[in-house]
Amino acid sequence: MKQTEFESLHRPFWHEFELTIEAFHQGEMRQLADFPQNYRKLCQHMAIANSRGYAASIIRYLNTLVKQGYQILYGNQVGRGHAFINFIFVDFQATLIANLRYVLIAALLFLVPLIGVTLMCFFNDEFIYSLMAPEQVRMFESMYDPSVESFGRERQSDSDLMMFGFYIKNNIGIAFTMFATGIFFCVGSLFSLVFNGIHIGAAMGHLASIGYVDTFFPFVVGHGSFELTAIVFAGAAGIKIGYALLAPGNLSRLQSLQMAAKQAIKIMYGAGLMLLIAAFIEAFWSSSSTLTNTVKYSVGAGLWIFVFYYCFFLGRAHRAT
Amino acid sequence: MKLDTTVFIETPEGIDLKAEVVGIVPRALAYAVDFLLRFVILGILSFSLALAGRGGVGIVLIVFFVLEWFYPVYFEVYKDGQTIGKRLFSIKVVHDDLTPIRFSASLTRNLLRAADFMPFFYVFGMIAAVFSGKFQRLGDLAAGTVVIYKEQQNYQVSDIDGIKAIAPVENMSPNLQSAFVDFCLGRNDISSARQQELAGIIEKKVPTKYQPIEYALGVGKWYLGER
Repeated sequence: MKQTEFESLHRPFWHEFELTIEAFHQGEMRQLADFPQNYRKLCQHMAIANSRGYAASIIRYLNTLVKQGYQILYGNQVGRGHAFINFIFVDFQATLIANLRYVLIAALLFLVPLIGVTLMCFFNDEFIYSLMAPEQVRMFESMYDPSVESFGRERQSDSDLMMFGFYIKNNIGIAFTMFATGIFFCVGSLFSLVFNGIHIGAAMGHLASIGYVDTFFPFVVGHGSFELTAIVFAGAAGIKIGYALLAPGNLSRLQSLQMAAKQAIKIMYGAGLMLLIAAFIEAFWSSSSTLTNTVKYSVGAGLWIFVFYYCFFLGRAHRAT
Repeated sequence: MKLDTTVFIETPEGIDLKAEVVGIVPRALAYAVDFLLRFVILGILSFSLALAGRGGVGIVLIVFFVLEWFYPVYFEVYKDGQTIGKRLFSIKVVHDDLTPIRFSASLTRNLLRAADFMPFFYVFGMIAAVFSGKFQRLGDLAAGTVVIYKEQQNYQVSDIDGIKAIAPVENMSPNLQSAFVDFCLGRNDISSARQQELAGIIEKKVPTKYQPIEYALGVGKWYLGER
């Protein structure tokens, strides 16, 4: 069959297929029952056109049509409303458990420097000056000075919203970067975990040693539950993609990276949401000066228990029922 | 070594789909457009909310955060793989099997943007793109995505009415046949000087009663099946 004959024979069908695609993109689902059959027929036409060496223009046209059909048939199934709920209650925990060793490594890398530096700064007043500049130390000392009325970070009535924005922009951004730089063979994530551990440990130990216990700890105990855990998770996700490049096993490095990224991004969904919650608590709860420390400590303890139960035990409870 | 930017993806039907991956320059330009756009939005917003005091600053920071990390994700997932800059340059992001990009891949490639950006101005991203073969930056590699040219459907019915079909004087290989056909169908996209030049290649084989262009077009039409 020559090209012109082939064209005139099938042109109505191609045109019909074009209309179906257009209708689909406008949200209309008519004629989709025959779609797979029609799509395969179109594929056959393209194969024929190719093997008979028809003109480039017609092959390009068929290629475009097939590509659009392919995207509809194999593409996105939007509107699975349960996906989010399922992620919150099942998928996130399952991913964490499946990647527990990365979470544990990240936790150790974060907590060992944190605890070590806390102790060193607590027992040695001078030690903090080997880690931070004196101005920096003076700045955060002043933030938690008990003699200042509004402690925390500088507080005024309308500044809660400002701090909420600041925590979102700053803290979540840091966690995202911590994850992303893991792709450099873990280096970025490892560095960020240790660095943040040292930094937080230094602040904690130093403030405890100079007796600012009643201003600092009630402030951080609430949002710390979500924030510190999420930082560890972000680090774990970064280590996972870096390690996939370092030790790909039987896969190619690219395949290994892509498989690791699929899991890691799920951890990042969770970490992002947790940091959002942390920012909210930090801005609107932790900073409140009307709440007593007892309330803050007990709610803080409740939050820590909740976060740990949610992340590591809710999945098990599911499996049991 | 492969020099063109065409990638082939085999579908389950055994067809090779063809797509053109996009190089660094159009992508950088699209990025520049998106960057400027966000810069302007943020500028206007900060200016107008500066009057609203500290609460206003908070809102600006939140918008800054959302624009920085989620602007591309929103457009890629809900606007067919195209941010506004990409739409301007007719390019789009798809999975590396050419299916439309989904949320998780889009978020992966846009979070890893932070790694591509390092140490400054997308140096690592550019290095990765140059060496990856499909111009994929680190985020694209991890997410399994590529940036391709969005094709326009520009097919018209073969218009060969004004031409007289001419039987070729000798047998031709399939490749040669399609060269004549493509010359015939694509003649409106080729300047007359260039047509002259192309037809000149076969001048010696053209029977004396035909002009070279006339002969090339006629043979093309003949191979299309018109007699």
